[in-house]
Amino acid sequence: MTYLDHAATTPMLPEALAAMTAELGRVGNPSSLHGSGRAARRVVEESRESIAAALGCRPGDVVFASGGTEADNLAVKGLYWARHGADQRRRRILISAVEHHAVLDPAQWLADAQGALLEVLPVDHLGRLAPETLAAAIERDPSSVALVSVMWANNEVGTVQPVAELAAVAHAHDIPFHSDAVQALGGLPVNFAAAGVDALTITGHKIGGPLGVGALVLARGTLPVPLLHGGGQERDIHSGTLATPAIAGFAAAVTCAVQDLDVHVAQVAGLRDALVAGVARVVPDAVPNGDPVHRLPGNAHFSFPGCEGDSLLMLLDARGIECSTGSACSAGVARPSHVLLAMGADEDTARSSLRFSLGHTSTEADVAALLEALPPVVERARAAGAIAAARHRP
Amino acid sequence: MKVLAAMSGGVDSAVAAARAVAAGHDVTGVHLALSQNPKTFRSGSRGCCTLEDARDARRAADVLGIPFYVWDLAEQFRVAVVDDFVAEYAAGRTPNPCLRCNESIKFAAVLDRALALGFDAVCTGHYARLVDGPDGPELHRAVDPDKDQSYVLAVLDADQLSHALFPLGPSTKTAVRAEAAERGLAVAAKPDSHDICFIADGDTAGFLRERLGERPGEIVDADGTVLGTHTGTYGFTVGQRKGLRIGTPAADGRPRYVLDIAPVSGTVRVGPAADLAVEALTAIQPRWCGPAPAPGRFECAVQIRAHGEVTPAVATVHAGGVEVAFTEAARGVAPGQAAAFYLGDRVLGSATIATTR
Repeated sequence: MTYLDHAATTPMLPEALAAMTAELGRVGNPSSLHGSGRAARRVVEESRESIAAALGCRPGDVVFASGGTEADNLAVKGLYWARHGADQRRRRILISAVEHHAVLDPAQWLADAQGALLEVLPVDHLGRLAPETLAAAIERDPSSVALVSVMWANNEVGTVQPVAELAAVAHAHDIPFHSDAVQALGGLPVNFAAAGVDALTITGHKIGGPLGVGALVLARGTLPVPLLHGGGQERDIHSGTLATPAIAGFAAAVTCAVQDLDVHVAQVAGLRDALVAGVARVVPDAVPNGDPVHRLPGNAHFSFPGCEGDSLLMLLDARGIECSTGSACSAGVARPSHVLLAMGADEDTARSSLRFSLGHTSTEADVAALLEALPPVVERARAAGAIAAARHRP
Repeated sequence: MKVLAAMSGGVDSAVAAARAVAAGHDVTGVHLALSQNPKTFRSGSRGCCTLEDARDARRAADVLGIPFYVWDLAEQFRVAVVDDFVAEYAAGRTPNPCLRCNESIKFAAVLDRALALGFDAVCTGHYARLVDGPDGPELHRAVDPDKDQSYVLAVLDADQLSHALFPLGPSTKTAVRAEAAERGLAVAAKPDSHDICFIADGDTAGFLRERLGERPGEIVDADGTVLGTHTGTYGFTVGQRKGLRIGTPAADGRPRYVLDIAPVSGTVRVGPAADLAVEALTAIQPRWCGPAPAPGRFECAVQIRAHGEVTPAVATVHAGGVEVAFTEAARGVAPGQAAAFYLGDRVLGSATIATTR
């Protein structure tokens, strides 16, 4: 089996697995006052400290959550509620057109259900949001902006945003800036303080940690209204019994991801470059998407003219090669990617795309297997695409 | 063979796929997403296009240990089946959308794509049998007369049939349900689908009213006497008795039926049961489930609606279509429905009813 879908989820690192399994056999609610509780609390707090050290933030800035989607929702909805609650004029939410649905959909919901004004900022053909675009949008009426959210790196095409510059633009107007760094962590240097963002989403399973745990890192003074009310375990911003084993595994993964970043990036980017060069050789008309320079090291993304992405995926799957068409909706139906559409692709091009994402277990053999399978698969998918196109013609 | 099993999420297609696996084929399951706005749950026993149905299909594929994908054919389905359905009613005819779906989606868009992707056949949960004949595969009725679906497959040509698998043809529904339970398929007790899958609440007239608007017209008797009014001819089908809402009873006190529908004037003509009798019909756009018969006459039995009885007839094939002369009068023949031609259990083909006499 050739696993080229590390951006969806990547195997757990041995360090994370060890840290997590060590805790799975122990009892203790980190909020309990007795010895077992204190022992669990110690694991949680040491985990928080190691994550803070790796990310360049204070331990108290780390708010544990169930994962990227929850952290994004807490940032977008929670900061909107807080900012709008403090000043009713603040109704505008500014996000990029290439955000993950975990940001896009809560923002859209706030617009649909709560009277927010959502402004989706255009990106260029590489998927980048220009700081000037954000500045112009803010300056139309700075006092009405509740928050800005722009992802650090895109999950589909791998394009990296100029996050520090964008955050500075927002800060010039004292507007809070959130960034979803779920894909960036482990692939890029992610330093909370250096980037100057106010809220940062990270998650465990994209970096070799367990599923079901993530965090929202919040700068001091950035206080979203909670999504979940209950025991108030995380500074009253998040409630729910802290998942000690998952948090321990998460912290181990974050530490590894940051410590080993250079080695990991060199290895993964080398394989990715070989993959991209190889695809150009075996399928010359494949079109690489995303920013060739400001790009996640493990991401390769192509459009295959005349093919449908889900045909390609199915044919590759049958040959044991696992990849992704991008984002899938709940019924498993492939919709054209809003990211590619925002980058100026037409619907057919958007539907013809595949993402190959590499990670810490990827090898040269994986790349070779893909390059061997791809030409006949593309040929076959193209034949199927031609039949579908002929049927559509009146 | 490499087989693509269309899996609706119902018990029939799940058992059909299971039988294809058991027969040693290399099977891949596909759920066809046909609704542009799929609902979360099934309401009653209609449809196969909810997220719940997609999940049921996926779970059946898991149990069978086969790969599973969802193919989005909502746009093709809307154009070929739903828009056609509305247009046919607007023209005063009574379409059969299942037939259209088999003709232009399941055994066209899906089959073509499957063949192009390297599959040899498409497998469905239809109750019908394929029998090897001297001229290739023949389409025959299923052994379970209550479930037989050969009528809605009577639009498939020899080439389509040669790439079709109907593993349920030799079985009764009861046996299929028992087999599903034995195989551990959770859909074993799932209710059957009825009616039109894309009209979730079963209110066909309401569905058409939404799309066609109110088109009031008159309800008249044989003499042209106006008996009442209606809000759209699309609420009526030839042979319909219920829901006419005529205030004055017939002179003889007997029930009245819709005899014909004139879509341009919007006039619906009603009359006694005796006037429903049809001696002959003209059907167009024939589709033959095998070699086309030579021009000329042949004796056959004609079925004029799904689950309807058959009527002996003499069919005459000519360039433009088929003339059917019934040996004994048929009743309630609605233009737009298919006339399917049978020799015993074998389906020869079908054609769309254009006019009746």
